[in-house]
Order: sequence, then structure tokens, then C-alpha cells
Amino acid sequence: MFKVLHKEAVAPQVDALIIDAPYIAGHAKAGNFIVLRIHEKGERIPLTIADSSLDKGTITLLFQKIGKTTEELGTLKKGDFIRDVAGPLGHDTPVKKYGHAVLVGGGIGSATLFPILKALKEKKNKVTVILGARNRELLVWEDRFAEIADETILTTDDGSSGKKGLVTEALKEVADSTDIDVVLAVGPIRMMQAVAELTRPYKLKTYVSLNPVMVEGTGMCGACRVSIAGKTKFACIDGPEFDAHDVDFEEIAHRLNFYKDEETESLEKFRKKKCKGKCKSKGTKESSGQVVK
Amino acid sequence: MRSRDPEIRIRDFKEVALGLTEKQAVKEAKRCIQCKKPMCVTGCPVEINIPAFISAIRDEDITGGLAIIRKYNMLPAICGRVCPQENQCQGKCVLGKKKTAISIGALERFAADYEMIKGLSQKTNMSKPNGHKVAVIGAGPAGLTVAADLARHGYQITIFEALHEAGGVLTYGIPEFRLPQKIIDREVEYVKSIGVEIKLNWIIGRTQTVDELFEEGYRAVFVGVGAGSPRYMNIPGENLNNVYFASEYLTRVNLMKAHQFPKYDTPVKRGKRVAVIGAGNVAMDAARTAARLGAEKVYIVYRRTRSEMPARMEEVEHAKEEGIELLFLSSPKEIIGDEHGYVKAIKCDAMKLCEPDASGRRRPECSGEDFILEVDQVLMAIGQTSNPILTKSVKGLNLWGAGYIEVDDEGRTNIPGIFAGGDIATGAATVISAMGAGKRAARAIDDYVMGRKKVKSREPEMAETEG
Ligand SMILES: Cc1cc2nc3c(=O)[nH]c(=O)nc-3n(C[C@H](O)[C@H](O)[C@H](O)COP(=O)(O)OP(=O)(O)OC[C@H]3O[C@@H](n4cnc5c(N)ncnc54)[C@H](O)[C@@H]3O)c2cc1C
Ligand SMILES: Cc1cc2nc3c(=O)[nH]c(=O)nc-3n(C[C@H](O)[C@H](O)[C@H](O)COP(=O)(O)OP(=O)(O)OC[C@H]3O[C@@H](n4cnc5c(N)ncnc54)[C@H](O)[C@@H]3O)c2cc1C
Ligand code: SF4
Ligand code: FES
Repeated sequence: MFKVLHKEAVAPQVDALIIDAPYIAGHAKAGNFIVLRIHEKGERIPLTIADSSLDKGTITLLFQKIGKTTEELGTLKKGDFIRDVAGPLGHDTPVKKYGHAVLVGGGIGSATLFPILKALKEKKNKVTVILGARNRELLVWEDRFAEIADETILTTDDGSSGKKGLVTEALKEVADSTDIDVVLAVGPIRMMQAVAELTRPYKLKTYVSLNPVMVEGTGMCGACRVSIAGKTKFACIDGPEFDAHDVDFEEIAHRLNFYKDEETESLEKFRKKKCKGKCKSKGTKESSGQVVK
Repeated sequence: MRSRDPEIRIRDFKEVALGLTEKQAVKEAKRCIQCKKPMCVTGCPVEINIPAFISAIRDEDITGGLAIIRKYNMLPAICGRVCPQENQCQGKCVLGKKKTAISIGALERFAADYEMIKGLSQKTNMSKPNGHKVAVIGAGPAGLTVAADLARHGYQITIFEALHEAGGVLTYGIPEFRLPQKIIDREVEYVKSIGVEIKLNWIIGRTQTVDELFEEGYRAVFVGVGAGSPRYMNIPGENLNNVYFASEYLTRVNLMKAHQFPKYDTPVKRGKRVAVIGAGNVAMDAARTAARLGAEKVYIVYRRTRSEMPARMEEVEHAKEEGIELLFLSSPKEIIGDEHGYVKAIKCDAMKLCEPDASGRRRPECSGEDFILEVDQVLMAIGQTSNPILTKSVKGLNLWGAGYIEVDDEGRTNIPGIFAGGDIATGAATVISAMGAGKRAARAIDDYVMGRKKVKSREPEMAETEG
């Protein structure tokens, strides 16, 4: 059992939890994730270790409530328990002195990028961070990034904060105006794919952190397999970071849709139960727009 | 052995084989001619004194019989159900030459179930605590055995298990209809009852390292992490939607209870026409699970023929009774997808057997023809290999083959204080061999910690000052 020590709403549909997990905190490196199961009937889902404290023995999870499990996780309060948390998992991000590193984050991708930013700065890299979201409200942890990064560029689709436009447009500007040694992008599949396509002609070393469906997260099931340069790899032990120019994005996008029907069913059932039929008018409004029958 | 009606049993996950009644068991035991040189014992990987336990059952001293088995085998209720007896004890029984071999597995299971049904509990002679801590990595049959044996000898044991439940393959791989979870739970509870602590969600190599365990005062470490990583074939279409590795498919159902979705949150796709590639126990389990999840047609697609199938005989028979069709001499070479990227069919080479080679084995070769089998789901069960998380985390550990740990007969690795056994040392094998390896390693660990044998100690200086 893992105790929730702190809970915070970070943006609409995005929460942060601080969890008591001293052994995981003691071994967490940039790029690592955990797999958690809230209760006995729960699903195992992977979440990046967005931050950790060795002294306090805690890890921070930052998650977007997009389905049953993340929504349920969002109902936990300080003092509640998560039944299972296993980790740290996945390869450590290759952190070294590159020179100029550019981190590109879309939406919840910030969770993965924050520890990488810290690690890159420890190695005395110059780091430019580009964070994008649909609007100002949906930007996650931009202030924390700005504190540490050499430069932080924000983009929003509607221009409500930073530049109006996409992260790739901002990245292109940086690439055209300065030398970049490495790019690391984390976010929705299509965003990572766009970054990969953008940097390819520039011959820029680019990493992406893939997020396929996982089950146990320790290399024992193969649920998370992805095609990298034509070879099957398990994202949980061979990744989740891969060379962006080797990734078969179409395949991942496709595999991520595999359980759509079940995900919808599960979420609807959960919301119905949570409301117990009372909150048809309320509560669903602020949710991500899905109609509860 | 009696088994449930196939028509009914394929609609649920309850156990298929029913076991013997006391009357049947005693009658079967009476058939044993109590050989002076019992061949059955030579076929048993842990050399259970089989005639002795059978003779106790014959005399209706069931618990006495069980006590004899337990001297050699810690997990009789499990082994009685899942051992490939036809290749082991039963396969060697002299009666099998002329008539029917004694159903040794069924008798073993009967003795173990008898205790459970009568609500008796296992008596344990415990040695006084000796104050030594030993760490066991992995809660599969190998790890559980080492833990129990050493705990009885007075050691303070902690098992570290990566998953959220103990049992290893017994829990996440072998389905409920073959090995009910309550039987595994009972063994795990027993191990806990004799003082073993089990830390779940604890991945050695990640949550903690082996070196850190030694620093925490563990005198020895046993590695029983199994060989759980699925192999793939590298044929086109392997990553289409609705192609599962059997490992994932079975884990979803057995560990995560996906067959009870949405009561449990983890989903699994139910195929209508399912092809299972492979012919071992894993393939049989996947195929029979697919049938229970409502498949209209399930095929086992296998390169060779019936006589080479590595699965237990009983499982093959049960699968056939459940309507699963075996396609031999069929070697899949491509999985074909529809326009949405979902499985539509598989393409197989039709094989033929060539002339026997020097070893007398007839290898399959392509006949030059191929065929297409229309299916909407493919389950790949072509084997498992080692998982690198632990082995890569221990510097200097000698490995062999596809990353298995090199050990001597007693389970010693090249690093003093580190022992290993089960699938991670042998490659995917059997429950009984993992258990046997655990027993031998427990003895070697005891010798090592007590300094009984001249082995290099981990910390020579410390050992000297202590001595
Ligand atoms: C290594 C790794 C690290 C991750 N880190 C984070 C993190 O720090 N914060 C965070 O919010 N999410 C993270 N994710 C994604 C997270 O695991 C999924 O959002 C989560 O599993 C969704 O579960 P659910 O039951 O709430 O939603 P579901 O009902 O399972 O899914 C709802 C929707 O989300 C999509 N989806 C499902 N699984 C994933 C996935 N793995 N990635 C992207 N979309 C998915 C589905 O296609 C569906 O549209 C990570 C994924 C991986 C593989
Ligand atoms: C589907 C299936 C059906 C089978 N059917 C039969 C059968 O009928 N009869 C038979 O005799 N055999 C059968 N087998 C084989 C048999 O189950 C195995 O040979 C046996 O379980 C091996 O035992 P083990 O203790 O070595 O490893 P496992 O049972 O694999 O247990 C290893 C444990 O270690 C844990 N672990 C792994 N890495 C770490 C780590 N780094 N830190 C902590 N813990 C870790 C794993 O989570 C697992 O729980 C079957 C196997 C499968 C997959
Ligand atoms: S070989 Fe057969 S008959 Fe002989 S002792 Fe063993 S079980 Fe009995
Ligand atoms: S999640 Fe099971 S192998 Fe990666």
C-alpha cells in the first residue's frame, strides 16, 4: 500500500499526486516510470515519475484524466492509499553533456520532461523548453520549467498564452536560428511524429518517449511492443525512449486505439457509479466532453 | 481421472479435472505392484519415494502418504495437477508396458487435496531461528521452495516479487481451469505462516539492487526470476491489432481477471476465430482460454506433428474434447491484416516430414505449398526467454545462451553468495524442476551461510573476524 501525501489540481483534467514510495524515489532516474494499480479490481497503468525527492522518499505523478483509471486516480485524496506501485521502470534517459538540448512537450508530456530538464541542467547543458497546449489553462508546470530552463517558449493553439501556434513551429524557429545538439519530444503521438518529421531533414538527433498500452511493465508480456527501425522492441524495458527517426508512429497510433470500446464502457460505468444517477446535469460538464448516459 | 463435461466446462473457468474419490484412489493404489527397483522413481525429477506413498494410500493412511511426498516435493497439490507425468514417473511405470501405468499424478493430487478438503493443516518442524537473513528474488515455484526450506531451518527469509501477487507462472500463466488460484494461495499462505515475508511490487534490479540486499545484511541471495519474456517470430503482421503474445493474453485473464471485465478494469479482446501458434502448455492454455472467452473456432497451428507436441498429454486431450482443432505441419509465415490494421487471416507454409536424420528425428520442411486460414485473432505461444532486468543489473554474473544464469548442480552462480534456479537457470522448463532446483539451492545456501563447505565467501575479511 502506498500512501497519497498530497493531491493537487494542476490544470483542468490534470492532477498531481505525491506518493510515499521511498525505495522507488531512491532509485528513480530521469525517464523512468512506475506502474500502478489503484485497487484489487483495477488496471495496471504506467505513469512517468514526474519528480521525486530522495530526502522525503516521495514520488510525484502528474496525470491527465482521460479514462477510467486516471479519472479514478483523480478521486484519491491526501491520506488515501494506492494498492500497488511498482518501479522505477524503463531505461534512464541518456543524460550527458550535449551542449544545447531542446525539450518539446505537448500537454501532459511535461511530466516526463521535467526530471529530464533537471538532469540535463545538472550536466551543464543549455536547455530550451518548448511547451504547447490548446490554451493557457492546459499548460502544465510551465512556471517550474521556466525556473530551471535557459529559455522557455510557450505555444497555445488560441494564442491565450505565449505564441499562437504549434510546438513544431516554435521548434523550427529555434532550429533555424541556433545550433541544436539534441531534441527530446514527449506528448501525443501525432505531435511526436510531427517533431520527428521536422527534425529529420535537419539531421538532428531526436528522441521521443513512447506511450503504448502496457500490462505489467517489466518485459514479461509484450503488450507494449513497438516497431523501431523495423524491429520489435518492448517499450517498457527497451524504452520508452527511442530514436524518433526509427519509430513506426502509424503502428503505435493504431495499437493505442485497440481498446477504445472497452475504455469507453469502463469510463461510462465508472461515472455512472460515481454519480449514482444524481449528477446528470452537474459534474459531466467539466469533464472532457463525453456524454454520460 | 474424471473431468467435467466439455459442453459445460468451456463456459466457465472452473477446474476441468475432478480428481479421484477416496475409493478410486485406494483402488488405484492397490494396482501398484510395489516394485523392488521402482522405475517410476527414476522418472521423477525429485525422486519421490513413489511406491512408499502409494502404499500408504493403499492402507488408507492418506496423510501418511502425503507426508512422504512432502519430504521431496513441497507443492504436491500443484505438481499433481501440472506435472507432465507421462514423460516422468507414469511414463516409466512398469505396468505401462503391458497395460495402464499407475495414475501417479492423480494419486499425488488426491493426497494433497484430501488434506485441504478435510481442513487439516500441514505440520512443520521448525528449527530455532538462527538469525541469518536470506533474500529470495521471485515468488514462483523455485523461490517459494527455497524460502520454505530455509525458513524451516531457522533462516529469516524475505521474498521480493515484481508483480502484485505471488506464485509466478502458477498465478499469471496457468489458467484457473487447470490450477485453481485457491491452491496456489494455500501454498503461499503456508510459506507465510512459517515466517517468510513476501514483498510484492518489488523489482530487484530496479526497486533495489542485489548489492543493496547484501548491504542490508542478507547473507545470501537466491534468484528465481523465471524466464517470462515472450519470444516472437519476426514474421510480417506480428504487431497488427488482435495479435497477442500468449503471455499477455494469459496475464490479462489470469492475473488481471480480464474475463470479468468490466467488473475488473482490464479488458481482453474476445476473438471469434482464433489461431494459436505453438503446441506447448502455453499454447494449450491460450487456446482453451480463447474457447472459454467465446471463440467459435480455435485452431492450434503447429509446424510438426502430434508426437512432437511438447504439451502435457492430458491438456491435448482436454483441448480436443473442447473442440479445439489441431493443424499439424503448418508453419505460419505471415499474419494478414484488413484495411483497418486488424487480423484477417494467417498464411502458413504446408510442411512435410523429411527422411529421419542421424538422431532418427524427422524434421519438417516446406512442401512448397501454402494456405490461408481466416481468423480474427492470433495468439502466439512459441516460447519464452529470459528477462534481462535482474541479470543485467548484477555485474559480473555469468550467463549462458539467451541470458540464462550459469549455475552448478547446487545452484551456485559464479558470484559467492548468489544462487539461482528454476527457469532462469535452465530456460523454460517445468514446475517440478524449478521446485527441485529450489530444494538443492536451499541446501547449498545453508552450507554456504554456515560455512560448512569450502566456498569463497563474499566478504573474506568479515567472515574471518566473525569466525
Ligand atoms: C511509459 C509511459 C508513461 C506515461 N506517463 C504518463 C504520465 O506521466 N501522465 C499521464 O497522464 N499519462 C501517462 N501515460 C499514459 C497513461 O498511461 C494513460 O493515459 C493511462 O493508461 C490511461 O488509462 P485510463 O484507464 O485512464 O484511460 P483509458 O480508458 O485506458 O484510455 C483513455 C484514452 O487514452 C488513450 N490511452 C490509453 N492508454 C494510453 C497510453 N498509454 N498513452 C496515451 N494514451 C493512452 C486511449 O486510446 C483512450 O483514448 C504514460 C504511458 C506510458 C506508456
Ligand atoms: C502458460 C504456462 C503454462 C505452463 N504449464 C506448465 C505445466 O502444465 N506443467 C509444468 O510443469 N510447467 C508448466 N509451465 C512451466 C512452469 O510454469 C515454469 O517452468 C515454472 O513456473 C518456473 O518456475 P520459476 O520459479 O523458475 O519461475 P516463475 O514461475 O516464472 O516465477 C518467477 C517469478 O519471479 C518474478 N520476477 C521476475 N523478475 C523479477 C525481479 N527482477 N525481481 C523480483 N521478482 C521478479 C516474476 O514476476 C515471477 O513471479 C507453464 C508455463 C506457462 C507460461
Ligand atoms: S513403477 Fe509403477 S508399479 Fe512399480 S512402484 Fe512405481 S507406480 Fe508402482
Ligand atoms: S508492458 Fe509487458 S512487456 Fe512491456
